Amino acid sequence: MENIIIQVCKYLSIAIIIVYAIGAITVLWRKDEDDLKWNYRRQNMLSLLFHGVSYFAIIIYKKDLALIVFYVAQVIYFFVYMILYCKVHKRCCKPLISNMILLLSIGFVILTRLSIEKALRQFIFVCVASIITLIVPIFVRKLKAAKTWAGTCGVIGLILLIVVLGSSKVYGANLSIAIGSFSFQPSEFVKISYVLMVAVLLRNRKDFKRVIFATGIAAVHVIVLVLSTDLGGALIYFLTYLCMLYVATGQVGYIWSGLGCGSIAAWIAYMLFSHVKVRVEAWIDPWSIIDNKGLQIAQSLFAIGTGGWFGSGLYKGMPQTIPVVTKDYTFSAVSEEMGAITAVCMTIVCICCFIKFMQISMSINVKFYKLIGVGMACLYIIQLFLVIGGVTKFIPSTGVTLPFVSYGGSSIFSIFILFGIVQGLYIMRQNEDERIEQRREMERKKEIERRKRAREAKKRTEEGRRETSTQRA
Amino acid sequence: MYVFIALFACMFGYFAYFVTIGSKDVINNPYNTRIKNLSKDILRGSILARNGEELAKTEVSEDGTETRVYPYGNVFAHPIGYSTKGTTELEKLANMYLLNSSINIWDKISNEIWEKKNPGDTVVTTLDLGLQTFAYNVLGENKGAIVAIEPDTGKILAMVSKPSYNPNTLNEDWESIISDTNTDASLLNRVSQGLYPPGSTFKILTILEYIRENPDTYQDFSYTCTGTLQIGEYKLDCHDGHAHGTVGVKESLSLSCNGALATMGLQLDKEKFSELLEEFGYNKELPIDIEYKKSQFDSTVTSEWDIMQYSIGQGKTLQTPLHNAMITAAVANGGVMMKPYFIEKIINTEDEVVESFTPQAYKTVMTPEESDLLTEYMISVVSEGSGSLAGSEYAVVAGKTGSAEYNSNKDKHAWFTGFVPAEDPEIVFTIIIEGGASGGQVAAPIMKQLVDYYYEHVR
Repeated sequence: MENIIIQVCKYLSIAIIIVYAIGAITVLWRKDEDDLKWNYRRQNMLSLLFHGVSYFAIIIYKKDLALIVFYVAQVIYFFVYMILYCKVHKRCCKPLISNMILLLSIGFVILTRLSIEKALRQFIFVCVASIITLIVPIFVRKLKAAKTWAGTCGVIGLILLIVVLGSSKVYGANLSIAIGSFSFQPSEFVKISYVLMVAVLLRNRKDFKRVIFATGIAAVHVIVLVLSTDLGGALIYFLTYLCMLYVATGQVGYIWSGLGCGSIAAWIAYMLFSHVKVRVEAWIDPWSIIDNKGLQIAQSLFAIGTGGWFGSGLYKGMPQTIPVVTKDYTFSAVSEEMGAITAVCMTIVCICCFIKFMQISMSINVKFYKLIGVGMACLYIIQLFLVIGGVTKFIPSTGVTLPFVSYGGSSIFSIFILFGIVQGLYIMRQNEDERIEQRREMERKKEIERRKRAREAKKRTEEGRRETSTQRA
Repeated sequence: MYVFIALFACMFGYFAYFVTIGSKDVINNPYNTRIKNLSKDILRGSILARNGEELAKTEVSEDGTETRVYPYGNVFAHPIGYSTKGTTELEKLANMYLLNSSINIWDKISNEIWEKKNPGDTVVTTLDLGLQTFAYNVLGENKGAIVAIEPDTGKILAMVSKPSYNPNTLNEDWESIISDTNTDASLLNRVSQGLYPPGSTFKILTILEYIRENPDTYQDFSYTCTGTLQIGEYKLDCHDGHAHGTVGVKESLSLSCNGALATMGLQLDKEKFSELLEEFGYNKELPIDIEYKKSQFDSTVTSEWDIMQYSIGQGKTLQTPLHNAMITAAVANGGVMMKPYFIEKIINTEDEVVESFTPQAYKTVMTPEESDLLTEYMISVVSEGSGSLAGSEYAVVAGKTGSAEYNSNKDKHAWFTGFVPAEDPEIVFTIIIEGGASGGQVAAPIMKQLVDYYYEHVR
């Protein structure tokens, strides 16, 4: 009986997420306020429905009442966040919020299934991050004044990265700094300050000298990351820089030469570092080294393949056999148990977020903000591409997390900040529009006033003329 | 932005391909423990011979214990394999089908409610119960292998490897089967994994290359055999030191004259010859679904002696009986090599077809003219040459004998590979008897018995 419920829930949730994904795509080109509001409500309902249906299956399987409490807590969180965010930031970008909620709910579901303890911690991370990052959009509006210390920020970031280089090893990569019982991954945060810094550097100069300078600084970041064996991070930083450089200068040549240098550097890294070699070997043929290095990617492919398009249903697969499944390989777990369709729809929703980011950035006229927007969009999409490409063996695996879905405090905080910044840009743009609108409105009023006055003046002179002519007559 | 979207589009394409097609091979990997998990909810399906006889089934006793039963025991041990200690052969190849239930959704739901296991699908193979049993018995106590393939489809009708084992008592017998003192290697499927020197059966390919390199003059080839070919310090004997007299290309094959073939081999362009061999599948992956070994040919040798050796299928050249059968089948099928296969179709417990498999051409390895010519030569092997004992009253047999030396004592494996009827081939048999000494004396008579059985009972 329990299996039937799980299976029915699986098909229901797949249906819901398909409808959601279609909604997320269509809303991209909607401008009408009422449309947006209606869409926002519908999308959030779907997210909650998805979350509810999946949790129903979990609770039926686990038969644990404490999970109901956890579920209710999550629902309360979703409601509070949705309402609070719109109250604090009246002009926020609503489709982005809906998408966040959906991705978070997928994350909660799959983490609860994998490890309740981790799901609880994740929930706490998300709550704290939501509250703290509520102010990020306001901060963005004040960023103009902060231009000078964006540079300082960048330097601090770089120092942090170097400190990491010398600290302990986690999963083959030096990724985190431990402070007490907490450990955090600076590269997750530094990438944001890094984008701000590059934006500062390239905001109003695009001469060759400045480009060289900016490139040098970016290269230092990338090299430090490669040395600390965070390949995914290095790639994200590198490609993001190239995109920002292109947007700043408008010269395609930079991208080509950048990619060229990048390829050479990648080749050198491949020859020098065993860590890189292992990843590439595991990508080319994981089956022959399945006993150790190829195991992770092989397990991931087993998971996705065995799950198929519709998935096995929650608790009916074996995602726990994939090493580090809660961090780097959440996508495979989602695909295995909730179906490849769900995984694809989830990716589509992420891509919709990216398109929204780009639309927002492109509508901004101030170059500094435009660069920040593009930088954030690139950080996001490249990370997404690396993680999904990595776990499906489309590209070598680089070990980055799936934003909002994977477990990890640093990654959650950083993605909340990232979305907050883009929200800030959007709100700023809306306000600007409104100000322009107001100015236009005022000008129009003035114009009407002026014309009115002119007409009256004319009338008066005509009347005067008529009077004189009658006098003559 | 569009670059990124295009990248993702590529990735989605790859992902869709992987989920629908690519994953089939992947999930059958023995490291995938998920498959085992499936058997918790599904009762492993049966495997049938092509006429519906059960070759493997799962029986459930009253207390719910499941036993995998193989009614024909040792006879089908090799093509079917086992699923009790890991999975092998067909049990492995068809694992996903056997553990997938295609009954209708309402039955599934009712099974769920009553907490009954769903029945797995049934796999119908191309194997013929009668032919397999006959081939198993005809090998007697010999070590060796027999494989029967339809040349125009690639269907495998029989696959015997001896010594065999009893899959029903595998767990009890395991220790003795794998013990160091046991030299039977009974778990090894000699048909697809046994590597043997091909001996004179290889001469078909040497001659084909000779004809290709000398399209206008090959008929003028002439060699006078005295029983021994002496080149420098090397001496190459013909089988049992027979002096064959003056032979042309056709006689050199039908009489299996080593001296003539070595002479031809020395004239060949080594590069082109190894290209031809690779084209026929030497040193290459083959389209075989069960576990197999690649046939080997060493093209790096340079000495005259080594060239003489490989021209007659000796030296370092090694081949599996299944690969030999595939080459013979290509000759029989007008030059088109078919992919060998075992699974005819998948049916559910209500006998509805879930999936059926059709013959697939693997590649064209020679022209119809070349195939006709080789067939003519191979007919002469049986009608007037070394394979005369393979002749049957039912049909014209075409084939090639082989007596392949495998050690320095000049001990030989006996080969015969051929097909009937020569004019419109229906079936290929490849036979090897380990240590059988003479292809013509030992393997050819088995060919005759198989052909007779085929005409009396199978057709």
